[in-house]
Amino acid sequence: MTALARYQDHFAAALLSGADARGALAYAPAVIARLTAQPGFAVYRNTVFKGCIDALEANFPAVARLVGTEWMRAAAGEYARAEPPRSPRLLDYGATFPGFLATFEPAAGLPWLPDVATIDRLWIEAHVAADAPVLDAAQVAAWQPADLMRARLVPHPATRWSWCAHSPAFTIWSRNRTDDAPAVDVAGADATGADAEIDWAPEGALLTRPEAAVDQCRLSRAGIAFLDACAAGQTVEAAALAALDAEPAADLRALIGALLSAGAFAALTHTPDAHP
Amino acid sequence: MTSLTASLASSLTAGVGLKPDHYAEALACDAPGLWFEVHPENYMVDGGPRLAWLERMRAERPLSLHSVALSLAAPDAPGTDILDRLTALVRRYDPALVSGHLAWNGWRGHYLPDLLPVARTDESLDCIVANLGRVQDRLQRQVAIENPSHYLAFDDHCIGEVEFLATIAARSGCALLVDINNVFVSARNLGFEAGAWIDSVPAALVAELHLAGHAEDPVLGAALLVDSHDAPVCADVWSLYQRLVERIGPRPTLIERDGNLPTFETLLDEREQAHRLLQVCTDRPGRTLKVAA
Repeated sequence: MTALARYQDHFAAALLSGADARGALAYAPAVIARLTAQPGFAVYRNTVFKGCIDALEANFPAVARLVGTEWMRAAAGEYARAEPPRSPRLLDYGATFPGFLATFEPAAGLPWLPDVATIDRLWIEAHVAADAPVLDAAQVAAWQPADLMRARLVPHPATRWSWCAHSPAFTIWSRNRTDDAPAVDVAGADATGADAEIDWAPEGALLTRPEAAVDQCRLSRAGIAFLDACAAGQTVEAAALAALDAEPAADLRALIGALLSAGAFAALTHTPDAHP
Repeated sequence: MTSLTASLASSLTAGVGLKPDHYAEALACDAPGLWFEVHPENYMVDGGPRLAWLERMRAERPLSLHSVALSLAAPDAPGTDILDRLTALVRRYDPALVSGHLAWNGWRGHYLPDLLPVARTDESLDCIVANLGRVQDRLQRQVAIENPSHYLAFDDHCIGEVEFLATIAARSGCALLVDINNVFVSARNLGFEAGAWIDSVPAALVAELHLAGHAEDPVLGAALLVDSHDAPVCADVWSLYQRLVERIGPRPTLIERDGNLPTFETLLDEREQAHRLLQVCTDRPGRTLKVAA
């Protein structure tokens, strides 16, 4: 290993260790010890962690609004110490933050928080996904019903969906996404749904980007199953059966109409045995 | 590779760092000579409104891509993903300027979001020159490198900073981006004379200048200045700037502001100060400037 690589190993290790981890630095070579002993070393450590924490606060705005700045920045600091960014594309930072929150002891009383974080994350993914035309209902109506059942609906690159099994996290998220949205006092509600304002039941989230902006709406269990099947490359018929399996009373016509008008699909393609 | 310094100095005057909060006003602004600088890392996305928006801005104004992530002063080559995406942005937006930093932040698969220091040695020189070669070969254009702010005294530097920068430029064919606030901050923190640093920069290498504000360390006060980009450019930095452009002539100059973001109008007022100074300098090259602050 070169001298420069050795220096960077020690310098980075010193940066990422806490101010209370002086023991580890005792093994660093004298040149690193002379640097870390200077007051200016803290500027680098502070800047690195501030950069990580600022990025997480920006990438998880609903989480930050719900838990408050101080809680958010403390949690983000813990996360940054455990998982420093892997890429300078800091929009990508925090892919595992929802999972971190699920096991983060101080968040134990906030069972909806990991799902809210997941939707914040999906919003970014939708925001930066590749551009593609949006399939509209008129294009689908031009197909014969039998051919349609054997065709595949291709989700738009920006379409994201998630089932929140433990809480109405989409409702909580959407009411806390912007500063002007009315805040939901979820902290005052217990996990079983003491808040009369919110129907405390599982729900799905759908994010689409038909134009420049990301749109959001609630999605049924049938809708989640339908999109999962479409994303797996299944036919419309198989996706419809999956939707009915998930929710036998689902209105498929209304569901597909709603997904189309939300801009959830990019294309309708033939399967090998369909020739309209 | 063509030299940026000659072709651009005449067309770009003063620019500002572009912030999403200012998008609409920036697009509508008709100030002559204005250009915008962005961190390309914020636009390394597959699609969506960010790219569309930058496209609209590029139709109106020259752009500068100022990378924070090339990690030139590292033993490893810049990441393939970042270099691929930077190349795509350069092709799509045809920026007037492309720049990076004399620093490192990539480390064993991690990205440490800062501009980390390195001792000026033969080994770091070789690494930086090799990495600049990789970047410039890939982009098929000249890149300017910026002098970082210094907070630490290294006892293993083998060469002065200006000489180090000039050697890198001579060996790699890169240009220099002189951040005058970084010189000021470093000079105060490490105890050297900022004016002497400014006076020794070879004019022919300078492609771009940066101006920004700094802050005193909350604990140590004036004994430790932090390059915080959250305040207006201070009077001493304006003086150093004037001293440099009086000697080397006008260069595209950026007002950088990242924190405590003022209104776009306030930022433009600060930019106007640099713009006027550059205009005077263009009209009367080699003369001592008299510019109202």
